[in-house]
Amino acid sequence: MKYFYYPGCSLEGTAKEYHISTTSLMKALGAELIEIESWSCCGASAAESVSDLLSYVLPARNLAIAEKMSAETSETLDILVPCSACYLNLKKVTEDIKTNLQLLDTINTVLKEDNLELKNKLQVRHLLDILVNDMDINFFKTEVKHFFEDFSVAPYYGCQCLRPYHVFDNPEKPKSMEPLILATGATIHTWEMGPKCCGASHMSTKPEVGQTLVGNILKSARGADMIITVCPMCQMNLEAFQKKISQACNESFNMTILYLPQFMGMAMGLSEKDIRLDLNLSITKKFKTKYLTMTSKPVMLMTASA
Amino acid sequence: MNTTTTKNPLAQVKEMVQSCIQCGTCTASCPNAFAMDHTPRKLWRMVQADNADAVFKSKTFILCSSCYYCTLRCPRGLPLTRAMGLLTQMAQVQNPEPFKQSHRFYQEFIQSVRRHGRVNEIEFMSLFFLSMKNPILPFKYASLGIKLLQKKKVSIPNPNIWKKDQNGLEKIFNKVRELEEQS
Ligand code: SF4
Ligand code: SF4
Repeated sequence: MKYFYYPGCSLEGTAKEYHISTTSLMKALGAELIEIESWSCCGASAAESVSDLLSYVLPARNLAIAEKMSAETSETLDILVPCSACYLNLKKVTEDIKTNLQLLDTINTVLKEDNLELKNKLQVRHLLDILVNDMDINFFKTEVKHFFEDFSVAPYYGCQCLRPYHVFDNPEKPKSMEPLILATGATIHTWEMGPKCCGASHMSTKPEVGQTLVGNILKSARGADMIITVCPMCQMNLEAFQKKISQACNESFNMTILYLPQFMGMAMGLSEKDIRLDLNLSITKKFKTKYLTMTSKPVMLMTASA
Repeated sequence: MNTTTTKNPLAQVKEMVQSCIQCGTCTASCPNAFAMDHTPRKLWRMVQADNADAVFKSKTFILCSSCYYCTLRCPRGLPLTRAMGLLTQMAQVQNPEPFKQSHRFYQEFIQSVRRHGRVNEIEFMSLFFLSMKNPILPFKYASLGIKLLQKKKVSIPNPNIWKKDQNGLEKIFNKVRELEEQS
């Protein structure tokens, strides 16, 4: 397994631990990641509001650089993207230019200024897609050192890795994370909130609305030991505002929120520097104690329940 | 790309929602409908009726969080999330006052990207606060900012990576502006 890697801006800042745990996990799984050289911002949600063309050209620049790297090495690799918002921005370009050749032309007129050209040769893929479809789940099972036997995990997918492009999972009833979670010995928390919206940037621009949406998700996760996410925006919304939301909803939320590769890395026994739980904003005392008790049990006596 | 601007500012969006049959699936699927002044279904009706004034006064499209449920479920297969995005973009021109803050936010964000290729969170937030000339505003973001700073989770792009590529990116931004001024 070998991929071009597009981390995106969040993974250099607010979602550092997603970047670190993704690269560590992929390495432990025997995959090689080649970061796209001098990649730039995909435009986030800002480009669309400022200029239509810019919202295509910013992601397209990164795709064109990856194509150039691919041509230089004669290797056609998929582009792995962990952030769902970046994934969608990049993916949208590859999808839209399939049918809109005039758009492709305009994009290339702009990219030519930077000596780049987009031919649409590479696939853009979300981290979850790659873990579900390229990773050998049996290999992962043999690598699991710590079995999360008493843990119940709520898989949270959010929106943009599922919709609008129907790629690797059911956009209304996603299940792709379940085999990965079961392989660690944990059970799945049954809930309807997996594909629901966290409100994206509402949490800072329209807090009452964002708090209502996230409050519903946290409420529905009651009984689980943790929520697992695959997007920096979802992660931040679920982990950073629990106190405020508790006040607003008259509840008391205290839930552990982890990125999927952190969780899988923990199960594989990767070191703290490979997972960086210290950077997460919400890991409960109860979770820490339970996790420590689990990891201190002798590994040999454990058996996988799944 | 269809960037032609005709007299009716709603023309492009109207074309997109022309075949709406007012079934209400979009409204029923929208996680933010509870907070909107007009439901998505009603907004499309207003667009069809060329009611630009009312459309641009509405807060419906700025409450769209791009969850793509409506786009996924609309029985006519209409690109509704994209339509919401276009309305947000146009509203900043048609009805600037209430959008001043978000407009500045996006502008400063993109300027920061233009300079560094990536988001320089500290620079971009300070520029945004400065340009808003609103001394209270930073406090809205303060508690999260402090949490992130304590964990050193604020990105500051490496200027060395950018020295050699800045020129290219600058040319890209200039070309985009040039093309947009032509259209
Ligand atoms: S779901 Fe589609 S057809 Fe139905 S009201 Fe909404 S836009 Fe119109
Ligand atoms: S994409 Fe926007 S308008 Fe459509 S359902 Fe989601 S939040 Fe509502």
